[in-house]
Amino acid sequence: MSEKNTAPKETLFSPKNRKLLTEPIGKENPITVQVLGICSVLAITVQLEASLVMAISVVAVMGSANVIISLLRHGIPPRIRIIVQLTVIASLVVLVDQILKAFLYDVSRQLSVFVGLIITNCIIMGRLEAFALSNKVWPSFLDGIGNAAGYGSILLLLAAIRELLGSGTLMGYQVIPNFIYQIGYEDNGLMILPPMALITVGIIIWVHRHRDRSLVDVS
Amino acid sequence: MSNRYVFMYASVMVVVVALVLSSAATLLRPLQDRNMRIEKMQNILSTIGIEAHRNEAIELFEEYIKETKVLNYQGEEIDGDAFEVDLQDENRKPLEERQLPLFIADVDDELFYIVPIRGNGLWGAIWGYLSFYEDLVTIAGANFDHASETPGLGAEIADPPFENQFMGKKIFDEEGGFKPVTVVKGGAPDDDPHAVDAISGGTITSNGVTDMLRNGLKVYLPYFEKQKTIL
Repeated sequence: MSEKNTAPKETLFSPKNRKLLTEPIGKENPITVQVLGICSVLAITVQLEASLVMAISVVAVMGSANVIISLLRHGIPPRIRIIVQLTVIASLVVLVDQILKAFLYDVSRQLSVFVGLIITNCIIMGRLEAFALSNKVWPSFLDGIGNAAGYGSILLLLAAIRELLGSGTLMGYQVIPNFIYQIGYEDNGLMILPPMALITVGIIIWVHRHRDRSLVDVS
Repeated sequence: MSNRYVFMYASVMVVVVALVLSSAATLLRPLQDRNMRIEKMQNILSTIGIEAHRNEAIELFEEYIKETKVLNYQGEEIDGDAFEVDLQDENRKPLEERQLPLFIADVDDELFYIVPIRGNGLWGAIWGYLSFYEDLVTIAGANFDHASETPGLGAEIADPPFENQFMGKKIFDEEGGFKPVTVVKGGAPDDDPHAVDAISGGTITSNGVTDMLRNGLKVYLPYFEKQKTIL
């Protein structure tokens, strides 16, 4: 690589590195722009707490997986690289699952199979294959965290909307005051069902594209 | 890269991963077991109308469950720790060898008899706890759970709307014959004390609940009969 003699040493948070972190939250968002990982988004956004744990889990898995694959990138035999990637992701997910069962049992019951299904979240393997396999450790770490944060931010936004309108609570605490119920307001039961999650994601995508015209495909 | 390298790489990777995961599982085991015991206590308490938070479950369990017994198939008390009996193992044994756990709760001087039951749903095991009033005929409360029923369909047996239907139902008819509660597809008549509504789209799970109630309670009948003559 010719980096050594041309580019001056890059700082940890150079504009290029910062972009790795921030792009996936906005312009390159894995959910609203690339439409990946939708399944778990629909299933676990009924309550904010579960979504928060899921988001943190995905950040942990993705950050570590990207770092591990990036560290190993010169040694991984290309013929079995997908298997290696899957093994790394699966091990990390099993670890997260075990830790949740030990320390956050209720939340782990609530997330049930979806912790295990982080393995099949296409965002993670996509980033390993497209980025970590051919980049240095630090940028890979940022890329992993950034993409997981992009996923997590949509998760949290969606969960906040659904819990607020569906149950009148946030993080399990009632936020809609009683007098509003007394004058006839009712929680929207449809909000806690998966179809409404899909519609809400659709609305978020719509708003996102409306605000950033460059995302609109005019072809 | 030679085949040799690929094989070596894969082998080393597998060994490393196995070591990491098995040590994590071993280290976290005690904490996980504790969580499961607490959940079992919460489930048992919920059948007598006490919703215990995780932190207080152990205390409340000790406060309200004043007696535990292990029974044999003839309703006689035998040695053993009722809380540790695993129904999954017991249901595989021949009837004569089974250990049947029974929990007796005392809530404000009112006695409740709580029995665990276990059966099969559509995809895997289902289990639960039933509490009876002192007459040993009327159900005071029910709590169900499942391993892997379909979310939104069969899995709804674990939700209060289904569980609460069991309150006040009876497992013996007027003449004293055993007549457990059945889960009825299409809706149970309001005045039928032996039936509850099934879950739409969860027919096999619902039937599983019916079977579980019949089989699970049948083995306790000798004890129930004996206890009723004492009263």
